Amino acid sequence: MSLRLGGAVALAAAYLAFTAAPALAGPTLDAVKSKGQLTCGVNTGLPGFSSPDSQGKWTGLDVDICKAVAAVILNDTSKIRYTPLSAQQRLTALQSGEIDLLVRNTTWSLTRDAQGLDFAPVVYYDGQGLMVPKSLGVTSAKQLDGATICVQPGTTTELNLADWFRAHNLTFKPVVIEALDEVNAAFFAGRCDVLTTDISGLAGVRASVATKPDDFIILPEVMSKEPLAPVVRHGDNQWRDIVSWTIYALIEAEEKGITQANVDAKLKDTDPSVQRLLGVQGDLGVGLGLDKAWAYRAIKAVGNYGEIFERNIGKKTPLKLDRGLNALWTNGGLMYAPPIR
Amino acid sequence: MSVTETTQDRVAPIRPHRGPLAWARANLFSTWYNTLLTLLIVWLLIRAVPGIVEWALIKASWTGDAADCREAGGACWAFLAEKWRFILFGTFPDDQHWRPTLAILSMIGTLVLSADRRLWGRPLLYIWTLGIGFSALMMFGGVLGLDYVPTELWGGLPLTLALSIVGLMASFPLGVLLALGRTSDLPVMRGLSVVYIELVRGVPLISILFMASVMLPLFLPAGVSIDKVLRALIGICLFSAAYVAEVVRAGLQAIPKGQVEAAKALGLGYWQRQRLIILPQALSLVIPPLVNSFIASFKDTSLVIVIGLLDLLSTAKSALTDPAWRGFYKEAYLFVGVIYVLFCYALSRYSRYLETILGQGRRR
Repeated sequence: MSLRLGGAVALAAAYLAFTAAPALAGPTLDAVKSKGQLTCGVNTGLPGFSSPDSQGKWTGLDVDICKAVAAVILNDTSKIRYTPLSAQQRLTALQSGEIDLLVRNTTWSLTRDAQGLDFAPVVYYDGQGLMVPKSLGVTSAKQLDGATICVQPGTTTELNLADWFRAHNLTFKPVVIEALDEVNAAFFAGRCDVLTTDISGLAGVRASVATKPDDFIILPEVMSKEPLAPVVRHGDNQWRDIVSWTIYALIEAEEKGITQANVDAKLKDTDPSVQRLLGVQGDLGVGLGLDKAWAYRAIKAVGNYGEIFERNIGKKTPLKLDRGLNALWTNGGLMYAPPIR
Repeated sequence: MSVTETTQDRVAPIRPHRGPLAWARANLFSTWYNTLLTLLIVWLLIRAVPGIVEWALIKASWTGDAADCREAGGACWAFLAEKWRFILFGTFPDDQHWRPTLAILSMIGTLVLSADRRLWGRPLLYIWTLGIGFSALMMFGGVLGLDYVPTELWGGLPLTLALSIVGLMASFPLGVLLALGRTSDLPVMRGLSVVYIELVRGVPLISILFMASVMLPLFLPAGVSIDKVLRALIGICLFSAAYVAEVVRAGLQAIPKGQVEAAKALGLGYWQRQRLIILPQALSLVIPPLVNSFIASFKDTSLVIVIGLLDLLSTAKSALTDPAWRGFYKEAYLFVGVIYVLFCYALSRYSRYLETILGQGRRR
């Protein structure tokens, strides 16, 4: 198929470009432009991050990142080919050139970075946590010696859990259940004392599945760092720059108060940093192989990072997640864009 | 003594008991352990039925949103009212849902017509070509003013049906060749067939799908690539071919040696012998087990979720990840379960019917 063919050629070319002359312009951008379509790998279904709505349209935080990149390059968020991927095949799909960009709640780790992949900036800082019923009377994970814990098998979640308990010299009885929804159901049916998964997941489950959300607490211990970031192939530096700066532009837009609604009015703003971001002054996008209005298009298409967060997983959604670590650095979070100038 | 009097004096003949009481005594309370079992089942029904009725009907919500459903506490049929189109058709473009509907009907129609013995033979070839061709036209589009829909957007029931029906159709010729190979006199052919069949049967379908989807693209040279659905289809086809081969081999071995010898005596070559004498008899013997393997492969297609294809079961799971509608997995699985049961029950009834029809000639 010609679309895959483009990707595969891009992979080969990326490999050659990397080994021969790392400074060459990136082939992924050219491939995406010439086929007029961005192929984006997403989750087959993760609430708030990537899930099909009732009309079969993909929605979520990860999906909005894909849309922002498509808006920057193609000025059209409908020109995305979503490829739903399972956890096992996602990295291969990227390496083999089947997709141009992977935005599938993928944790940034050294091993993955070293195996021919590159990570764009983190779009969601997550971590593994523990949820217990309040009636258990537990306030810290260190009191959970001998507890039964519901966990999904074959995930880093299971390994982190074992590591943490071993490190603290505690024991636990795992109740291992394959499907996420069934793990949750088992917990709320009282089959185990503790439910463990990423904190975003715990909050979502508590908000939407529990009959009385206030009866459950998430313990303060964070057992792992899970920085979820988009992934690109190693070696195409220009492509990675485009994805990275698209995300930075969304973060910067929030910091500067530029929203989807007011972005047109902000074109007349006198703040030089806003003018630079929106391409009114200078031509920063050209350095990335884009044009002046690249960031304008991204903000116009999906809004700033804060808007994306609130629309998909924020307080007004059923997931009701706090910004927490994902707040702007000015609000005590980790979302920080390098200067766009 | 008259004849009439004699008859009246006789003990009444043993007649089958009639009426519900007698039926119950014969079927439910004939022995002490049957009585015990009956009472146990009645007790279980008394325990279960009110709860099910309360959940499915009394406390159920038929309209409204997820919050209404949670408040009512019963089954959330509103969830299915909202999501049934997504579960059936996946991410296929919303305004084009009539196309997968026609494709499903065409595939079911093909199966139903194939069930009619009067059409077996050449007409069946035309029916399949037409039915599958029409379904493919509806799904792909791209001609006659229909929009082209890439396979990434396929999902739900049409994908499940396409994978199982096309998988079976494509694996059948390969399976027959493998069966002939395994029963062949040529040692190399026999060896290769045995190795293939045993290798594939010794490996779970899930690992073959992984090979087809994850490993294959890495081995292919740059520029060569295969569509994701096609990759799954090839995997399923290679897998079921091994099973079809074993079923067909059973049929081949059931044909008496005399048939082969008679065919040889008539001067028929190997392929003529197989085509005219052996295979027609062997295949008609194994149609019921073939239907059985089809049922198995129909359900096996739900494994394609591991390679990111949204078949009927996976669309139900994906529908559950909509943040607004989480936690209604009972309803989702029930809906999908009913569809699977309908298809499998129809197929298994058909298989029973065939056994009766085809067995007539051999029954004594």
